[in-house]
Amino acid sequence: MAKLLRLPEAGPHSAIDPELPLIKQADFLKDPASHAGSKSLGVRVAPADKVEDLAPHLAGIAVVAIEFPSPGDGRGFTSARLLRQRYAFTGEIRAIGAGVKQDLLFFMTRCGIDAFELVATENEAEARAALNRFTLAYQPAVPRTAVREARFTAARR
Amino acid sequence: MYQYDSTDQSLVDQRVAQFRDQTRRFLAGELSEDEFRPLRLRNGLYIQRFAPMLRIAIPYGLLSSTQLRMLASITRRYDRSYGHFTTRQNLQLNWPKLAEVPDILADLASVQMHSIQTSGNCVRNVTSDHLAGVAPDEIEDPRPYCELLRQWSTFHPEFTYLPRKFKIAVSGAPADRAATEVHDIGLHLVRDAHGELGFEVLVGGGLGRTPMIGQLIRDFLPMPDLLSYCEAILRVYNRYGRRDNIHKARIKFLVKTLGIAAFRDEVEAEWLASRDYGAQLTAAQVAHAKSFFKPLAYESLPNIDLLADAEAEFKAWYRYNTHAHKVSGYRVVFVSLKPKGIPPGDVTAEQMEAVAKLADEVSFGEIRVTHTQNLVLAEVKQGDLLATWRELKRLGLATPNIGTLADMIVCPGLDFCSLANAGTLSVANQLQRQFDDYDYLYDIGEIELKMSGCMNGCGHHHVGHIGILGVDKHGEEWYQITIGGSAREASTLGQVIGPSVPQAEVAETVQRILDVYRELRHEGERFIDTVRRVTPTPFKERVYGKALAAA
Repeated sequence: MAKLLRLPEAGPHSAIDPELPLIKQADFLKDPASHAGSKSLGVRVAPADKVEDLAPHLAGIAVVAIEFPSPGDGRGFTSARLLRQRYAFTGEIRAIGAGVKQDLLFFMTRCGIDAFELVATENEAEARAALNRFTLAYQPAVPRTAVREARFTAARR
Repeated sequence: MYQYDSTDQSLVDQRVAQFRDQTRRFLAGELSEDEFRPLRLRNGLYIQRFAPMLRIAIPYGLLSSTQLRMLASITRRYDRSYGHFTTRQNLQLNWPKLAEVPDILADLASVQMHSIQTSGNCVRNVTSDHLAGVAPDEIEDPRPYCELLRQWSTFHPEFTYLPRKFKIAVSGAPADRAATEVHDIGLHLVRDAHGELGFEVLVGGGLGRTPMIGQLIRDFLPMPDLLSYCEAILRVYNRYGRRDNIHKARIKFLVKTLGIAAFRDEVEAEWLASRDYGAQLTAAQVAHAKSFFKPLAYESLPNIDLLADAEAEFKAWYRYNTHAHKVSGYRVVFVSLKPKGIPPGDVTAEQMEAVAKLADEVSFGEIRVTHTQNLVLAEVKQGDLLATWRELKRLGLATPNIGTLADMIVCPGLDFCSLANAGTLSVANQLQRQFDDYDYLYDIGEIELKMSGCMNGCGHHHVGHIGILGVDKHGEEWYQITIGGSAREASTLGQVIGPSVPQAEVAETVQRILDVYRELRHEGERFIDTVRRVTPTPFKERVYGKALAAA
């Protein structure tokens, strides 16, 4: 079983069951109403899925799991950032798939991902260290504690 | 030029530590070659035919003398005491040892340099006009905006794993000296009707196996929106660019498939939706960036006539290897890296050190790298030109050939590159030997010959007035020849004028092309203008006709 690594600041999400079943976005969208009232809904987003389609339903979703099928497929970074910044999703955003390796975690956190299903061969201590590899950044992204400063700022924060 | 503050320095230092750890894990067997590849590529490290190749970033082609000395020192310490300047204004080392690359990066960081994102599917080193800040025709100095783009694109969390590489070029002058129309994004500084500064934005240009000219996506982008707009373009590309076929993955294919109008609609909608949280440039940030590129401490000097009593050799050098400066009494000097018998763009450690010293003495301690693989001392007092010429001549860097056929762009080709199909350096040598009569070269006049060893087009052959592309034909090296390409304003792609020729016949074929030009040209007409006027047809008939008839 893959290891689930959560950011220290994940706080409220740390109670979410790591084994929560994940429904594919396409399946969920066929009949969103059937999931209404569920206390713990997890949706799985494939690289080509348009997360904007989830926007009307985000209030009822506890976890959005974004697939990173390989280290080279960076579409999930955009999906995460859209969820966090455009749609103000406050639930857990979890990175899953074969691309969830320590060298990508820093970028993932800055796009708003706060939980990582590390591939089995990854070393958890190294992965935690990699999260804090850079203490500064140039771009405005999703704020996180390890980054002390982002040089460029957003028009409205 | 720009000076790192503590943030910039921390980031490159932390990057060195990260790559040192990644290299250690690879050498310890904890990372497979497949896992290590994207990590090393984002530090400019390739595994080539004989050795690794390290590509060092020279942001928008600008170097201090201290940095150039460090590059020389690195080539002495870790390589074979020479380097190769490229069409991306970068420096490539051909013989570093993998285990020593972290040390090289640490040495680079000690002089505010790095090799971040010089390869990989991410935003690459931003390139610009080598005459930025000194060109008489300039609207505005592009370098502050290049630096802001460099910072914004460095470790961009969302755009470091794009479908394919992404190149941005910026020009501040109406004359395009940065090939902006063949970049993924081309930015032209312009002023609107109210005198406000902004950008004309092109998108979807690129060379490679399917060359395309960039198309206009926005005729005026206000300055504060520079980063947020680039971010919108990249987001649309990151989401919808093809990832199933590496040969169709550049943004140009997305722009072509959607059409520029639909692509523009996507980008504008994305931009409007994300402006609030996208990066905004404040007036203070722009002013801060501009403060590093203020006019230098020029003396008030008249222009002087250096040619009246000069020897012919100096006159030729002055005419071909120097260029007007916007400030009276100064001139721009090209350091030719195209002497006969040397691979174009190659420079030794001794030469780098001597050019650094010369820059300190006569050019405010700054050196530029051109995308045509030469160096520039941009700020030379006219009174220092004679001494500068003598020193460059002593160094073998004063061959008076800038802008001539001998000033050819050539990629490293099969001698070094694992992608290449054919050699380029031996062909360059063949051309240098065939065309070594300067009276002849000067008679031919301004002409751009560009050569690539494979269809990836690092040597920009598609946009050469004469383009030469190496191809593999049943294990033999052959060369396809195009004419009529240009990456200046209103870029054009060259057209193939006949079947490829064997290696031994390249110079002879070029000779025949030039013979046709000399016969058909009007008085004072450049090669490219003759080709445009008469079309390539007479060249096709005349260059290949006789050979085919004889065969």
